Amino acid sequence: MGSSAQPALVSYPIMESPATDTSRQASPTPAAPKMAVSGLDFYYGARQVLMDVSLRMAEKKITALIGPSGCGKSTFLRTLNRMYETVRHARAEGEIHLDGENIFTLDVATLRRRVGMVFQKSNPFPKTIFENVAYGLRVNGWDRSRSVKDLVELSLRRAALWDEVKDSLHKSAYALSGGQQQRLCIARALAVDPEVLLLDEPCSALDPIATAKIEELLFGLKDQCTIVIVTHNMQQAARVAEFTGFFLLGKLIEFNNTRVIFTKPEKRETEDYITGRFG
Amino acid sequence: MNRRTWRKVVNGVMLGLTGLCALATVSVLFFILGYLVYNGGRSLNWAFFTQLPKPVGEVGGGMANAIVGSAKLLLVASLAGIPMGFMGGVYLAEFGGRAFPFLVRYTADLLNGVPSIVMGIFAYTVVVLPMHHFSALAGGLALGAMLIPIVLRSTEEFLRAVPQTLREGALALGANKWQAISSVVVPAAFRGIATGMLLSLARVAGETAPLLFTSFGNSFWSSGFNEPTASLPVVIYTYALSAYDDWHRQAWAAGLVLLAVVLAANIGARMILSRKMSSARG
Repeated sequence: MGSSAQPALVSYPIMESPATDTSRQASPTPAAPKMAVSGLDFYYGARQVLMDVSLRMAEKKITALIGPSGCGKSTFLRTLNRMYETVRHARAEGEIHLDGENIFTLDVATLRRRVGMVFQKSNPFPKTIFENVAYGLRVNGWDRSRSVKDLVELSLRRAALWDEVKDSLHKSAYALSGGQQQRLCIARALAVDPEVLLLDEPCSALDPIATAKIEELLFGLKDQCTIVIVTHNMQQAARVAEFTGFFLLGKLIEFNNTRVIFTKPEKRETEDYITGRFG
Repeated sequence: MNRRTWRKVVNGVMLGLTGLCALATVSVLFFILGYLVYNGGRSLNWAFFTQLPKPVGEVGGGMANAIVGSAKLLLVASLAGIPMGFMGGVYLAEFGGRAFPFLVRYTADLLNGVPSIVMGIFAYTVVVLPMHHFSALAGGLALGAMLIPIVLRSTEEFLRAVPQTLREGALALGANKWQAISSVVVPAAFRGIATGMLLSLARVAGETAPLLFTSFGNSFWSSGFNEPTASLPVVIYTYALSAYDDWHRQAWAAGLVLLAVVLAANIGARMILSRKMSSARG
C-alpha cells in the first residue's frame, strides 16, 4: 500500500481557496467551532448506528461528510437539528453544542430555525413557489421591518432561482424541474436565515448541470452560513468542502482538511474508500 | 381432443363466463337506472320539487318538504360526524402510540359494520326518548354516527399517503407538529379527504332504517331541527307501501332524485380525485 499513498491519489480536483491554505497549518478542528459534537452514540432501538463520534464544524466553512451507504453519515446529520426525533425508538447520547449551547436543551423549533436542512429528495410543499419560500417566515415570524415579499425575493436570489421563477411565483412548486425544486428547497431553508445549513445528498437525484448550479450556490453561501453536506459524490466533496469527514460503519474514521483527506489520508480505510477500492 | 385444443376450449369458456358475470354486474345497475328513469321520470315535474304532498286521494303534489328535510338531516349529520371523524383520522395518522390507535381503528371498523338500524335505535335511546318526540336532530345524529367511522378511516388513509419528507420539510423549518399537520400535511391530502367526506355523505343520504324512528316524517314543512322531519328515503318507504298508484309513482320519482344525488356525489368525488392525480405530479 506504500506506493498508493503517493500522488496517484490526486485525481480529484481539490478546491483551492485561501481558506484551505490558511487552515492547512491550523488544526482541522477550530477552537471556536459553530457546532461541536463530542462522544455521540446513536441508536435505533437496540441497534447502534453511530459510535463515539466527535467532530467540530468550523464557522462559515463547508464541511463534507463522505462514506459508503449505511455508514451513519445521514443519521449524523439528522442529529444536528434533532430531526431523528421523528423516528420512533431513535436515541442519541453524547453532546452537541451550537455556539456553545447544548442543542438538547434548546427548544427544538428554535434549533431547527437556526439549523436548516435540505433533503436528499426535493420536497416542496404542495403550495405556490412564493408560499413555499414564505412558509418558514409564517411559522417563525419575521423581522416586521421587511415585507414577506422582499424576504422571499431575497431568499430566491440567494438560492440563484429568482431569475428563473420571478414571473411564476404564484404557480405550483411542482411545475418546476427537479433541480429547480431542490434550489427552491434551499431558498425555503434560507428564508429563515439559518446559521447552519445541513444538506443530505442534495444532488443525488440531479443531473450534472443542476448539480453544478447547486455547488456554485453553496460556494456563494458559505460566507453567510456554516454548511454541512453529506454526499456520495467524492468529487463533490473535493470541489466544495474545506473540511471532510469520512464515516465507516458508524465511526468517524478520519476528519481533516479536504486536501489532506484526498491526498494524504492518515487511515488505510479512508484511502481505500477514496481510491475506489470499496464502497 | 388433444391438449392444445382442450386448453383453447377451457380458455374460451372461462373468458365467456367472466365476461358474462361482468356484464351481469353492470346490467344490474343499468336495469335499476332504466327502471327508475322509466317509472320515476313520468312523475317527475316541477311540482315535485316545489309542492307539499297532497292529502290522500288527491292526485299531484310534491315532496319539497322531504327534499329539504333530507338536506337538513345531512347537515346535522355532517356537523356531528365529519369533525369527529376527521380529527380522529388525523390522530390515527399523525399521533399516538401502538395500542390505543389499534383499538380506535378496530372500533371504527366494527362501528362501520354495525347495521344502520342499530344506529337508529342508538339515536332513539339517547335523543328521542329523553326529548319525548321525533326530530331532525335525532335522525341527523343517527346518520352522523354512521359518518364517523367512514370519514375517520378515509382521512387516515389519505394522510398516510402524504410522503414523510413533506412532514420533515415543515419540521426542519421550525414548524411544530401541529403547524406541520395543519399547514402542510392536511392541505396536501385535502382533495382526498374531501372526497372521502363526500362519498360518506352519499352513502348515508340513502339510509332509511336509522330515520324510521328518529326523524320519523310528516307531510308538511317542519321548522327548525326539533320537529319530526320528512326525508326522501322514508317517504319512498311510506309511499311504496301505500295502496295508491299516484303515491307509487311519486315514490319512483323520489327514488330517481335520490339516485341522481348519490350519482352526482360519486362523479364529483371522482373528478376531485383525478384532478389531484394530474396536479400533484407535474
